[in-house]
Amino acid sequence: MQTQANLFQHRPSAQWLLETAVAGIIRSATYLVLIAAACIFLTIGIKGAQTVFTSHWPFVNVPFFTEKPSTLYVFEWQGQKREMSDDAFRAFKAAQKVEEIPAETYAHSAGGILPCIVGTVLLVLGSMTIALFLGISSAIYLSEYSRDWWLLRLIRLAIMNLAGVPSIVFGLFGFALFVGYFKWNVSLLAGWFTLAFMVLPVVITSAEEALKAVPQGFREGSLALGATKWQTIRTNVLPYAIPGILTSSILGIARVAGETAPILFTAAYVVLDKYPWQVAKWTDFFFQPVQALPYHIYVVSSKIPQNEYTERMQYGTAFVFLALVLLISLGSVLLRLRLREKLKW
Amino acid sequence: MDEIPKTAAPPEPVAHAAIEVDHLDFFYGDHQALYDIHLQIPAHKVTAFIGPSGCGKSTLLRCFNRMNDLVPVARIGHGQVRIHGTDIYGPKVDPIELRKRVGMVFQKSNPFPKSIYENVIYGLRIQGRTNRNELDEVVERSLRQAALWDEVKDRLHESGLGLSGGQQQRLCIARAIAVEPEIILMDEPCSALDPIATSKVEELIFDLKKLYTIVIVTHNMQQAGRCSDVTAFFYLGKLIEMDRTEKIFTNPGEKQTEDYITGRFG
Repeated sequence: MQTQANLFQHRPSAQWLLETAVAGIIRSATYLVLIAAACIFLTIGIKGAQTVFTSHWPFVNVPFFTEKPSTLYVFEWQGQKREMSDDAFRAFKAAQKVEEIPAETYAHSAGGILPCIVGTVLLVLGSMTIALFLGISSAIYLSEYSRDWWLLRLIRLAIMNLAGVPSIVFGLFGFALFVGYFKWNVSLLAGWFTLAFMVLPVVITSAEEALKAVPQGFREGSLALGATKWQTIRTNVLPYAIPGILTSSILGIARVAGETAPILFTAAYVVLDKYPWQVAKWTDFFFQPVQALPYHIYVVSSKIPQNEYTERMQYGTAFVFLALVLLISLGSVLLRLRLREKLKW
Repeated sequence: MDEIPKTAAPPEPVAHAAIEVDHLDFFYGDHQALYDIHLQIPAHKVTAFIGPSGCGKSTLLRCFNRMNDLVPVARIGHGQVRIHGTDIYGPKVDPIELRKRVGMVFQKSNPFPKSIYENVIYGLRIQGRTNRNELDEVVERSLRQAALWDEVKDRLHESGLGLSGGQQQRLCIARAIAVEPEIILMDEPCSALDPIATSKVEELIFDLKKLYTIVIVTHNMQQAGRCSDVTAFFYLGKLIEMDRTEKIFTNPGEKQTEDYITGRFG
C-alpha cells in the first residue's frame, strides 16, 4: 500500500509571511514598552534606593524622612573629604573654633524631604476631597436630576473637553482666580482648588458612568415605596456607585500628586522654614504655601548644576514620590475592594 | 392594519371603585400611547389588564402611581385618574404620598442588595420609623402575607439577592405591603418565573385581594383567567373591553377580544 502524502504539510505562502511578520512586530512593540518601563523604574529604584536605604541599622535613611532640605557643604579637613549639612557644618566650625572653612555648597542636597512629603499628602487629601464632593454632586445632578436637553449636552461636552486642557493652563487659571482675584496668595487652599478643578472632569465623567451602572430597578423600587428622590439616591443609588467612583478617582489621585504645573504658581514654594502645622492660628493653615515632591524634583533637577551630590536628592525624592503615589493608590484599591465585598448585586 | 379598534362603551359603574380613569389620553412626546381610556377598578378585587405588547397596559398601570413622572417626555393630554375621588394629577397631590398608598411590584424582581429584613422595612425606614419591635412585627406580618415567612425566617439578615427568582418576587410583594398600601399594582409579576413559582405568586394574589385592591398586568391569558375577578383587554392604546373575567373568557362582547384570547393574534 502506498503511503499517503501528508495533506497538512506546511507550505510557505504570502499569507503565512504576513502572519509571522505581524506577530513579530506587535510582540516587539510590547517588549519595547516593557523595556522602557523597566529602564525608568529600575533607574529610579536602584539610584533612589541608595539614598533611601542604608547598609546599617535601621537600614532606612531616617534623616531623609525627618528633616528639611538644606544646603550641602563639601570641604576638606585634615586631608579628609567631609560632607555636611548646613547646621552640622556650622556646629563643626564652632567646635573646631575656625572662622571659615573653604567649602563647595550645593543647595537642597543635604537633609531630607519631610516638608515635601507632608505638602504632597496635604495637597492630595484636600484637592481630592474638594474634587470628589463637587464631582459627585454634579454627576448626581447630571445623571439623576436634570433632564436631557441641549444645554445639558453642552455642559457635558464642556466637561469632557476640560479633561484635555493642559495642566499648566489650570495652573494659570488658578493663579489668576484664586491667587490673584480671591487674594488667597500662593497657598494650600489655592492649590487645592486648582488641582481639584484639574481632576474634576475625570471625576464627574466616571461618577456619572458609575451612577448609570446602578440598575434602574433600584430607583424604581425605592420610588414606588414612597421614597423621595434624594432618599432613593442616598440609600439605593450612591452606595452602589461608590466603588466605581473610587476606581477612577485613583487615577485622579496619581494625577493630583504628580502634577507640577498647577501648583507652580498657586501652592508651591522652593523652600520654607516652617512645617505646615507650625501656624499661629488655625485659619493660617489654609493660606500658607507648601513644598511638594514633584516641585522639589523639578527644583533640584533644573535649578542646580548637576553632579553626584544633587543626583542623590533627585533620585531619592523620585523614589519616595513613586512609593507614595503607589501607597495612596493601593489604599484606595483596598477600600474599593472592601466596599465591593459589602455591596454586591 | 385596516381595522382600527373602536373604543368600547364605558363599562357599568362599579359599586366601590378604587381607581376611576376618566377619558384619559396619554402621550410619550408626540406618540399617543393611550386613547380615551375610561374605566373603573373595583376595590378589593383583582383586575387584570391583558393585551399584546405595546398596547398601553403597563403605561396605564404606571399612571396609577405616577411612575410615568420619571419618563421626561411622558404627559397626560386629557382626562383624569382619580383614586378615592381625588385627581392624582391635581396640583395638590404629592406623588411621594400617593406612592405610599399605591404600591407596585415590577416585572423584573428588584430586591435591593440588602438583607431580607432591610428590604421589607425599606418603606418604613424612609418614613423614619425606627422602633425595633414595630419593625420586627411588620417584617413578620408582611412576610407571612407574602407567604415567604416560613422559607426565610431563619435567614432574615442574609442578602435578599440570595433568594430564588420566585422568592425574590414575593419579597418584593412583602416589601410593597409592608407600607400598608390600599392598592397594589403588579406589572407582569410572573413573567420571569417558572411555573411553580408562578402558581405560588398567583395563590398569593388571590389571598391578598381580601386586604388590597390589586391591578395586575399580564401577558399570560391563563393567569388572568385564574386569579382575576375583572379583566380589561387593551389593543393599540385603547380599551376594547372590560368585564367580569369569566364573561371575557367565555363570552367576550368584542370580536377582537375573542381573537386575542383564542390566540388568533397577539
